[in-house]
Amino acid sequence: MTSKKLEIDQVASFLRDGMTIMYGGFMGNGTPPRLMQAILDSGVKDLTVIGDDAAFSDTSKGPAGIGLLIQHHRVKKMITGHIGLNKEAQRQMLAGEMEIELCPIGTIAERIRAGGSGLGGVLTPTGVGTSVEDVPQDLTINGQKYTKKPVFVINGKGFLYETPLKADLAVLEAVTSDRVGNLVYYTSMRNHNPLMALAADTVIVEAHQIVEVGCIDPDHVMTPGVLVDHIVYPG
Amino acid sequence: MDKKEFIARRIALELNDGDVVNLGIGLPTLVANFLPAGVHLMLQSENGFVGIGPVPDEITPIGQPRTVNAGGAPCSIIPGGATFDTSISFALMRGGHLDACVLGGLQVDENADLANWMVPGKNVPGMGGAMDLAVGARQVIVAMEHTAKGEKKILKKCNLPLTAKGRVSTLVTELALFRFHDGKLTLEEIASGVTLDEIKDATEAAFVVSPNVKEMVISQVGL
Repeated sequence: MTSKKLEIDQVASFLRDGMTIMYGGFMGNGTPPRLMQAILDSGVKDLTVIGDDAAFSDTSKGPAGIGLLIQHHRVKKMITGHIGLNKEAQRQMLAGEMEIELCPIGTIAERIRAGGSGLGGVLTPTGVGTSVEDVPQDLTINGQKYTKKPVFVINGKGFLYETPLKADLAVLEAVTSDRVGNLVYYTSMRNHNPLMALAADTVIVEAHQIVEVGCIDPDHVMTPGVLVDHIVYPG
Repeated sequence: MDKKEFIARRIALELNDGDVVNLGIGLPTLVANFLPAGVHLMLQSENGFVGIGPVPDEITPIGQPRTVNAGGAPCSIIPGGATFDTSISFALMRGGHLDACVLGGLQVDENADLANWMVPGKNVPGMGGAMDLAVGARQVIVAMEHTAKGEKKILKKCNLPLTAKGRVSTLVTELALFRFHDGKLTLEEIASGVTLDEIKDATEAAFVVSPNVKEMVISQVGL
């Protein structure tokens, strides 16, 4: 079997301007720091990024996470649930330098899961009757055009239709990977990582430790290695 | 005692031993400090686990595997806790698997609508998990000061962007406790030394006064 091991300086070969990248992590916890740095170092720009939040601008409080790319103006558009602890992200949004599509976090997770699972979208009660309905859409359903999210009233209860999300690349962080990419995460660092492993054309994981095949009990695998294309070993 | 502590002490008496609960950031987090003896909650952290435990004695540095809460601050997981991905975490909320959530509020109105996530032109942090929590938890308890700098916050209709429509179950302020019964905002408890007229003056929304209205009792833990 071809090795999935990827040197950190090979990451750039998967990057191009304008691409869409999903990044694991919740407040930077579970966002792969060396992959973030490699993306920055590659010089790639005009990225659309999809992830939980914008992490910390004050890196004494927590990791920079995706904030590294925001700070260096590499992000054109962000689909995310929270930017409140990243002052630079807020500034860029208000100044019109970066487009931000705010989306409830549970909806982001399900949109990613839908995209990665071959589903046509999500019907969620979250956001019904709020400004989440008004996010501009370019949608055709049964031949009808929609410019905002349609609400379906199903047996008396309202649900917003949310589109599935996919990406060109997902960058994940795992605590342990075997050599074929079976992954184990550490507590709160799991978050969106397993969902994103489903939803991108190319999946690159940064692991804290590498073990031989067979060392992870199949019952303990959190993301099956069949979803992982490349593994960056600890450096 | 400041208003926030008073509110948190009252809400602490709303929760039952064994409840699975999500406490929002800020005032709601204080509730955990005032739980009566024998009341142990399974606290959910929306970033992917139940069983929020105390801040560890030794903080693992940023960059090494570590457990953090939904605000990104280091914490621990108690024995009996469990970790999961974001899809499961928000399924717990949306799917009605939380006994209660406690959320801060900017405005609540007489239709049980809640606004708590943004002030246009001022602060647009994002809704995070607030909309999923408000839409799905079995009890939505709002912890909020009754007014802000003289501005009323319990309104006929919220004028800030909504978090969720018609989902508030209980509203606790430093003056009063209200519940929504059959869609009607109902005054059930009045803080000691506060008059009904004072509550009416501080409240724009129309409300019903419960025939069983009584004085608010708060948790005495640590007093």
